Amino acid sequence: MSGAQESTTHPAQRIQYAFTEEQEQFRAALRRFLDDKSPPSEVRRLMETEPGYDPAVWRQMSQELALPAIHLPHQYGGSGFGMVELGIVMEELGRALLCAPYFSTAVMAANAILNAGSEQQKAALLPDIASGEHLATLAVAELGGDWDPHAIQLRATPAGDGFLLDGVKSYVLDGHVSDLLIVAARTAEAADGLGLFVLPADTRGLTRRLLKSMDATRKIARIDFKGAQAQLLGSVGAGANALARTLDQAAIALANEMVGGAQKLLDSAVNYAKMRVQFGRPIGSFQAIKHKLADMLLDVELARSTAYYAAQAAAVEDPEWPALACMAKAAASEAYLRTAIDCIQIHGGIGFTWDNDTHLWFKRAKSSEVFLGMPDYHRELLMQRWRV
Amino acid sequence: MSELSEAEVRDEVRTWLKANWDPNLPLLEWRNKLADSGWGMPHWPREWYGRGLPPGLVRVVEEEFAAVGAVGVLRGGIGRLAAATLLEHGTEFQKRKFLRRIITAEDTWCQLFSEPGSGSDLAGATTRADFDGTNWIINGQKVWTTSAHHAKYGTLLARTDWDAPKHEGLSYFIIDLKQPGVEVKPLRQMNGHASFNQVFFTDAKVPPEYLVSRVGNGWQVAVTTLAHERRFADGLAAPTRRGPRTGRIYDEERAELATVMEPYKWYPQRAGRVDLVIERARETGANQDPRVRQEIAKLMTLAKAAEWTSRRARAAQRRGRPQGPEGSLGKLAASHVARSAARVHTLITGTAAMLTGEDSPRNGVIAEILVSVPAVSIAGGTDEIQRNIIAERVLELPKEPRFDTGPFRNVRRN
Repeated sequence: MSGAQESTTHPAQRIQYAFTEEQEQFRAALRRFLDDKSPPSEVRRLMETEPGYDPAVWRQMSQELALPAIHLPHQYGGSGFGMVELGIVMEELGRALLCAPYFSTAVMAANAILNAGSEQQKAALLPDIASGEHLATLAVAELGGDWDPHAIQLRATPAGDGFLLDGVKSYVLDGHVSDLLIVAARTAEAADGLGLFVLPADTRGLTRRLLKSMDATRKIARIDFKGAQAQLLGSVGAGANALARTLDQAAIALANEMVGGAQKLLDSAVNYAKMRVQFGRPIGSFQAIKHKLADMLLDVELARSTAYYAAQAAAVEDPEWPALACMAKAAASEAYLRTAIDCIQIHGGIGFTWDNDTHLWFKRAKSSEVFLGMPDYHRELLMQRWRV
Repeated sequence: MSELSEAEVRDEVRTWLKANWDPNLPLLEWRNKLADSGWGMPHWPREWYGRGLPPGLVRVVEEEFAAVGAVGVLRGGIGRLAAATLLEHGTEFQKRKFLRRIITAEDTWCQLFSEPGSGSDLAGATTRADFDGTNWIINGQKVWTTSAHHAKYGTLLARTDWDAPKHEGLSYFIIDLKQPGVEVKPLRQMNGHASFNQVFFTDAKVPPEYLVSRVGNGWQVAVTTLAHERRFADGLAAPTRRGPRTGRIYDEERAELATVMEPYKWYPQRAGRVDLVIERARETGANQDPRVRQEIAKLMTLAKAAEWTSRRARAAQRRGRPQGPEGSLGKLAASHVARSAARVHTLITGTAAMLTGEDSPRNGVIAEILVSVPAVSIAGGTDEIQRNIIAERVLELPKEPRFDTGPFRNVRRN
């Protein structure tokens, strides 16, 4: 498509409702890799470790598949794809429940740097993230667990050629293993009151503590800052917009991850219903079970549509996309949790045991429901963005 | 015959329209030209009023018609379904007698499948057809028959063998409704409209040459009709109309459409009128209520998701990929959307939801939504049947045990 044509079409008209052959092939290759590297036995092994991931698998993901680089521009060592391809990766990771610091590093931190950083900062920070050399994360929520940027209290005060951070961040994904921290902080210097700051995790004046997370496949940390030296990402006054953009992108990525997980649970419930016999027939032949499974399929497909559409809209910079990010996050998290609950129900007693794998995805559904904000928070944000 | 390219077809139809299209022609004369040229039904075979185009090129013809504002063959209407069925299963005699007058819309049709005793279970029909040596004699009752009051013909599913298993004892007929043994009564719905009819047969006659396919093959033929019905329902979007549209032919077409579409005038309300929700919330001030805002957001999400899901299904089909589960989900999704919309309209409207007609908000439209939505999850296959289809065909779950095997005579029924 020529540039001239592009300028006359509305971005929404460029939205694709089907993946290209290349995208399908990429997904298939990724799925093979994950089937091999992240079977439930590996998920169970890694979730019990403190780092929570396998460095060897992370190296392969980074160096062979270039996953952390997928959506980053070429000039920063990226592959130059966008939100749609990132969505595919997230969906597959969610399906496999891969234990790895991908969402924190590639999605939250890398996008924060892309959205807020100066040219020089992007060139300095992103190549090591693209190559998988550095793990990074974004710290937004604090002890209250509020995802509304207005609730941010951690203070940044100017000192020398940088800033000093004081306060507490919590619910920081992979905060205990990250090399680099991006921190959303309040500062009197900026008109919008917010800035994104970057600092190495071994900076003096910060302490990190791994929290016990119900979803052990997703590690979260609390980080205390007492005069920790940090640099502002980008220029003063652009923090709030960059943070909002980053959180919206994260919501879309998470929505796609949730769809992958929900589909996995649905498959598992369908397979079990075909196999499990009670009253002399497979339970899947009872309408009570059939209808529940049909409803689950519809639920997952509708959520999938919102997640895919939001990723497409973000990829073409349709002005609607931030509203659609809220929509996708709310829809996917509710569908994921409902699917998890119904999957346990269809499994019956065995579904409530530790040995059955369903609870692993159930717990991811629960943590994803609240991470980045509950469904009602995102629905209210959707209404505001639509100016209702 | 070599396949025509898109450009060749476009060129050909454009040239033909240039030579023939005239908005001042009488509608019937124009439709006869469509039948003679094949441009009315371009995907039909050449020997039967079509041009044998692959279905993918029909769009090209439609675009060229739309570009000059040319009128096409009547959209919607049961005649199209009957024609598609006859093309596949009809005899030479039947095709010659009926197809052309369907294209010209000189005959309107109705579909006589559902009965009071067999709704979801269409194959349980008990309307009987008995051969008396000269004619098939029809006795029984059909219901939910759109357009029966003005239709000339109907496609009829009737039982011809009570000792055969349920699906094998049915035959498919064409019946002339303008005869003494046929009585048509309107069926009034809970929303006050009467869009459908009950049709009673008392020794009505069907000549043997009106039997479609062979005796006992009626279910197979009906399945063809139903498949076309689903396809039409999916592609019912009206083509974009351009130009001033003045001229005799447009007046005639408008009158025709008014008659054909009359039964469907409440259908937008049946679907829930999601388009009115935000306006209504603003005009009532309900948009300030956080509880209502949550419900609106849920509804809009559901409606958008349903739309995108059907777009995904179509896109996958266009790419020649096997149709995913998205296609069969549309109907169930539409039920959810409509019900949620009725709930949200009630939430916004409050006590005024007690009112109807001109006393109700929006001159009765809101009330009509509330009393029309219950039809969505029933018409064209109930939600429960859709769930069975999704579960068995998409998820490949085992079928329910059956209690309707063996001679139909012995099967329990209403």
